Amino acid sequence: MAGFDKVVQSYEQAMAGLSDGMTVIAGGFGLCGIPEGLIAQIKTMGTKDLTFVSNNCGVDDFGLGILLEDKQVKKMISSYVGENALFEQQMLSGELEVELTPQGTLAEKMRAGGAGIPAFYTATGYGTPVGEGKEVKEFNGRPYILEESITGDFAIVRAWKADRYGNCIYRHTAQNFNPMAATAGKITVVEVEEIVEPGELDPAHIHTPGIYVNRVIKGTFEKRIERRVVSK
Amino acid sequence: MALTREQIAMRVAREFKDGDYVNLGIGIPTLAANYVPDDISVMLQSENGLLGMGRYPTEAELDADMINAGKETVTAITGASIFSSAESFAMIRGGHVDFTVLGAFEVDVNGNIASWMIPKKLIKGMGGAMDLVAGAKNIIVTMTHADKHGNSKLLQECTLPLTGVNCITRIITDLAVLAVKDGAFHLTERAPGVSVDEIREKTAGKLVVPDSVPEMKL
Repeated sequence: MAGFDKVVQSYEQAMAGLSDGMTVIAGGFGLCGIPEGLIAQIKTMGTKDLTFVSNNCGVDDFGLGILLEDKQVKKMISSYVGENALFEQQMLSGELEVELTPQGTLAEKMRAGGAGIPAFYTATGYGTPVGEGKEVKEFNGRPYILEESITGDFAIVRAWKADRYGNCIYRHTAQNFNPMAATAGKITVVEVEEIVEPGELDPAHIHTPGIYVNRVIKGTFEKRIERRVVSK
Repeated sequence: MALTREQIAMRVAREFKDGDYVNLGIGIPTLAANYVPDDISVMLQSENGLLGMGRYPTEAELDADMINAGKETVTAITGASIFSSAESFAMIRGGHVDFTVLGAFEVDVNGNIASWMIPKKLIKGMGGAMDLVAGAKNIIVTMTHADKHGNSKLLQECTLPLTGVNCITRIITDLAVLAVKDGAFHLTERAPGVSVDEIREKTAGKLVVPDSVPEMKL
């Protein structure tokens, strides 16, 4: 069954094939559930003109934010950005293009993209700047806009555990966009906290079946907390 | 007297019914969780993928993998569920969430809301707000009745870019509770000690006032 062994030993192997101008779909919500080591590898590679599809763009020195330092990002497709000064600066100077997309529409664009559905109608954004220029159709008397799905050249995902076949489970709310991202990449790379042998994960508890996954790498994670709030 | 943020949150919490699934936006809406009456249970939905959001963690419970939609560390209650962003917005868009409470810059008499973008100021994005206003069964807007310069936020027609159209049915401000229907704001309650005249003066859009307007109970 070696043909199903997705595990790679180095970050170079994990991101091999990424080149200038590609589209990368990234899991994560804020700094929660982001593939830290894969992002760092993209920074090391110096790949340019990348389009990232990700709910957010990290902070100045962590997450996707680190790719702004060497201007590797041409375009962000996100629902909420600007938690970082560099992002704001590059957006205002026109070096960085930003396509703001409602969070649920963004999740569905990835889900539908991975599921072979090229577009879908949603009421979200109708009558707002998001709906401008998009086809409108009424169903049962309510107007909906047509949103096109997204697929990527690469998807970079962070999971808790994966087996060698690429079956993944996520931990707590670090799940977020990761399962949809995993389905929507031509090459899907999963960075995990723990690699286990096939059979160790309950088949009924798998979040992402290995069919979507091309490469698995064991990472080590800082797991930075963006807003640390504790009960008094 | 105009209500404080906490008092607005108290009044919001009185809208909830036992067994409601509720999504609370950042700011005053989040405070409403502190005032849910003891004799009812509501379950909080956080759009990053958590149904059954609990209190903030203790130092010992802190977990970077456990956050809410405001990116704050949180806990989950007993009986919570955790799921993907697509699943989360299926719940929201599909109308399964009973209540959404969120803030706004402006609301108009047709139930349109503007809450995410002020032209020429830095635009950070809409997050999940557009999905929430398009999907929830009941949407309550909480905000101050007027801005700090005294300009009404309850307008005949919104001036800022919209978050959603024809979706707001109820507004709770520091001065009043209003229903939005038939192209007008309908005054249903006033804050204790606040006169109908003051509310009328600070409401720019068409306002319908019944013969008697009771004071809110908090």
